[in-house]
Amino acid sequence: MLDLFVLVLAIPLASGLALALAGERAWAPNLNIIASAGTFLASALLTAEIVAGGPRFVFGEAFFIDSMNVFFVTLTAFVGMTTSIFSGPYMRNEREHGRLSAPRLRLYKSMFQLFMFTMLAALTTNNLGILWVAMEAATLTTVLLVSLYRTPASLEAAWKYFILCGVGIAQALFGTILLYFAAERVLGETGNALLWTYLVGVKGQLDPTIMALAFIFLLVGYGTKVGLVPLHNWLPDAHAEGPTPVSAVLSGLLLNVALYAILRVKVLADGAIPSDFAGNLMMGFGLLTLVVAAFFLSRQKDIKRMFAYSSIEHMGLITFAFGMGGAVANFAGLLHMTLHSLTKSAIFFAVGHAAQKCGTQVMEDIRGLIRINPVIGWGLMLGTLAILGLPPFGVFASEFMILTHAMKHHPWATPILLLALGVAFASIFGKVQPMVFGETHAQRLPHAPAITPVFVHLAIVLMLGLWIPPYLTRWFQEAARMLG
Amino acid sequence: MSLSTQLINLFAATILLLAFAMLAQRRVLTLINLFALQGLTLALSTLVVAVTTRQTHLYWSAGLTLLLKAILLPWILHRLVRRLEVKWDVEPLIKVPTTMLVGIVLVIISFNVALPISQLSSTVSRGTLGIALASVMLAFLMMITRSKAVPQVIGFLAMENGLFLAATSATYGMPMVVELGIALDVLIGVIILGVFFFQIRDQFDSLDIRHLERLKEK
Amino acid sequence: MDMSISGLLWQLLAIVLALALAPLLTGWVNQCRAWLQNRSAPPLLQPYYMLHKLFHKDVVLAHGASPLFGFAPYVVFGCMLLACAIIPVLSTDLPFAPSADTIALVGVFGLARIFISLAAMDIGTSFGTLGGRREMLVGFLAEPALLMVIFTMAMIAQSTSVATIVETLAHREFVIYPSLAFAGIAFTFVSFAENARVPVDNPATHLELTMIHEAMILEYSGRHLALIEWAASLKLYAYSCLGLALFFPWGIAQGDSFAGLLLAIPVVVAKLAIGGALLALIETLNAKVRIFRAPEFLGTAFLFAVLGLLVRLLLESRV
Repeated sequence: MLDLFVLVLAIPLASGLALALAGERAWAPNLNIIASAGTFLASALLTAEIVAGGPRFVFGEAFFIDSMNVFFVTLTAFVGMTTSIFSGPYMRNEREHGRLSAPRLRLYKSMFQLFMFTMLAALTTNNLGILWVAMEAATLTTVLLVSLYRTPASLEAAWKYFILCGVGIAQALFGTILLYFAAERVLGETGNALLWTYLVGVKGQLDPTIMALAFIFLLVGYGTKVGLVPLHNWLPDAHAEGPTPVSAVLSGLLLNVALYAILRVKVLADGAIPSDFAGNLMMGFGLLTLVVAAFFLSRQKDIKRMFAYSSIEHMGLITFAFGMGGAVANFAGLLHMTLHSLTKSAIFFAVGHAAQKCGTQVMEDIRGLIRINPVIGWGLMLGTLAILGLPPFGVFASEFMILTHAMKHHPWATPILLLALGVAFASIFGKVQPMVFGETHAQRLPHAPAITPVFVHLAIVLMLGLWIPPYLTRWFQEAARMLG
Repeated sequence: MSLSTQLINLFAATILLLAFAMLAQRRVLTLINLFALQGLTLALSTLVVAVTTRQTHLYWSAGLTLLLKAILLPWILHRLVRRLEVKWDVEPLIKVPTTMLVGIVLVIISFNVALPISQLSSTVSRGTLGIALASVMLAFLMMITRSKAVPQVIGFLAMENGLFLAATSATYGMPMVVELGIALDVLIGVIILGVFFFQIRDQFDSLDIRHLERLKEK
Repeated sequence: MDMSISGLLWQLLAIVLALALAPLLTGWVNQCRAWLQNRSAPPLLQPYYMLHKLFHKDVVLAHGASPLFGFAPYVVFGCMLLACAIIPVLSTDLPFAPSADTIALVGVFGLARIFISLAAMDIGTSFGTLGGRREMLVGFLAEPALLMVIFTMAMIAQSTSVATIVETLAHREFVIYPSLAFAGIAFTFVSFAENARVPVDNPATHLELTMIHEAMILEYSGRHLALIEWAASLKLYAYSCLGLALFFPWGIAQGDSFAGLLLAIPVVVAKLAIGGALLALIETLNAKVRIFRAPEFLGTAFLFAVLGLLVRLLLESRV
């Protein structure tokens, strides 16, 4: 029987290579969508299987799928699919506007699929060394996507992205080496010392000094990719200057995968270090990120840049939640990751169309979306309300859980959290409101936008705010329990 | 102290020396040669560890290092520099003595950080962990202080050299599959950067990354 | 070796050897330089002719020269000769060898520097003052680096005595000291600066604005100048021998066996010949740097010396 997991990895890899070889054909966008849909289908079925049958290995012990990463796999595949649907007409419009040529579209599609492949590989690998390799490969595949427009600004953004993430990922490699060193002392030179399943078994015996140092390096390294302050500089630039579908997957997926890597390591660090060292470190970084991003939000003029800062802010909040630890906070963190992914990609879809319509990303020049295209206008408005954590959207639920948990266990942090969220709310809402409801003279687009993904995402977010299906709750709970 | 440990220490010290030489080097072509030399020293040191410990995968690592870091990458960089017609002098952003002093401080910090860890290790090459960390830090410093694109990339690659040294000194190298993956990433990274250099030059008529400083928070 | 007659004789031979070989070394370096630069080379014995000529000329003293001016060449020459005498060139066991403390050597060189700078400023000409100041600047920057090199060596040998260092390196079990590579580079840098060689100064130029050493001795003539030139040769010889003793000590005899000492002479001559040729090569390959860059050059030397010390602490502390 063909393993479903093989499909999850093989479809994006094969289609990425096929798209690269075939060039820009009429069917290429459809292949992109079909491949993404296939990946999603395979991962959904895989999820059902894992939920029913429990965690398992694939290819010897090379890959390990448990309830934690299978949840990220599904999320990644889902957002990948909706992004490919969105990018069809979006990229055609860009081409008609003369901003992109056929070879660039070919590059975009093949790299998009390869990016999906690297992220899925990062999520499912059992080997923390391969996790590093896949994370670095994810950067490499997206560097050329960020500079797709070849404008001075996009080149600069891509350069910053490469160099900063390169430096960050180098720190992570050092952390991985230290981790391997610590593990080898316990597990011996069997070559298993980087396999997560073995590491978890011996986490209590790992040397605390080495693990503390390793965790610092890994947190800083992968934290660069998560966008943790002060290593966040690449993120707004890359989001603002790259094509919108790329912004959507960067915000919605890459940040999650990087955070996932940190979470895996945190489990080991918690096991090895008697004190709550790792958690406190994450809480500190998370809080700092949240506050800094919130205050930078109000100074933004570019709409994609502003939402990029919003991503940083939410990543800070999530990191803080996982830093607090415990079943409730982990549950809230996982929920918030899911909701942020869905909401933020939906927002970027809407923003992409809005910017395309108005021919600019400068917020002052985007006005009256509700009149030119009510669907986009409402999409942006609802997405904004959702990301700001207004009930009944799901983000409200997860933020509420994080806040109440913080009040109970870390009361000192509550005013800071509330202040940052308040500032963020005021800045974003104050800027989005005139964009949606102001006066305008913009023209119609040559290709009708694919607006379905926006509302599909928002509908799920809304549903998760009102009612979380019981199997999803169980699934989250199990993952949260694994995180300790 | 056995002869192999002495040799490994000597090679490690050479790597540190080369890291400093790269930090102070103003010419891009010399910089590439220094980088190649560092790769060669790294390969030699790995070979000594391999011979001492009789670990087959370390022979492979040494060969891979030689091929990739002493031959292939310098060759690509040489070609790039020729094709891009950038044989200019490399200008450091802050003065060399200042950079050097900062470098010394970094070395002291790295040695101190690495000391407790290397004492836990039982490898013949454990003493070099501090040097490995120092080389990483120095390469990082080089990336910060340089204003041209090619030296920044060489700094990036030198950082990888330091990490590789760290892996061999603390644990006799990572598992083979991971090392292959890392090597592949580095190679692809350099190729992508090569493409990227041409994009930058076409856009700015120069590879001076001071052009790339417009995206800032106002 | 105690103060036996043969010991004293050997010591005397070492001093005579220094006096005789020093100008020859200078001549050899100049010859190599000329070859490397495709010039017709001066005779190997040119420095001797020069000294001979100068000793037969009258001394002309500037107006207003204080006794210090006439006194300084003798002090400088004396310092250099003392340095050459105590550095173990042939054997570590000569009567003067126990006084060859590296820190004391730095002091001896410092004393000579102070006197020659004071003498240069004594006349009150602008060039003399300029040269004197520059010399002090170079010395000010070179000495810390030299001391760092010495500390590294001292940590290896557990002693600051040159003789003990030579014994530790040459006559015990062979051990690779990576720190020595750093110290060696630093020492080379310092030697170049101290001996007024190319990257810092140019011994062959009289271009007023760039020179250091030549600017200081412009007012000297006759036997004073001869002594100073000879002292400069001795200084080069002393630094070369010190460098050889610290970093390539093989061949220096340990005891007082006649054969060992006799063998040491050709070995030292050969090592000096190779060293001189290398010096000429390095000088040819490099351009003189601006005086403002001299601090950078010596700063690098200091850096290498500190690195040597650190590497010593990290790698070799558990020998």
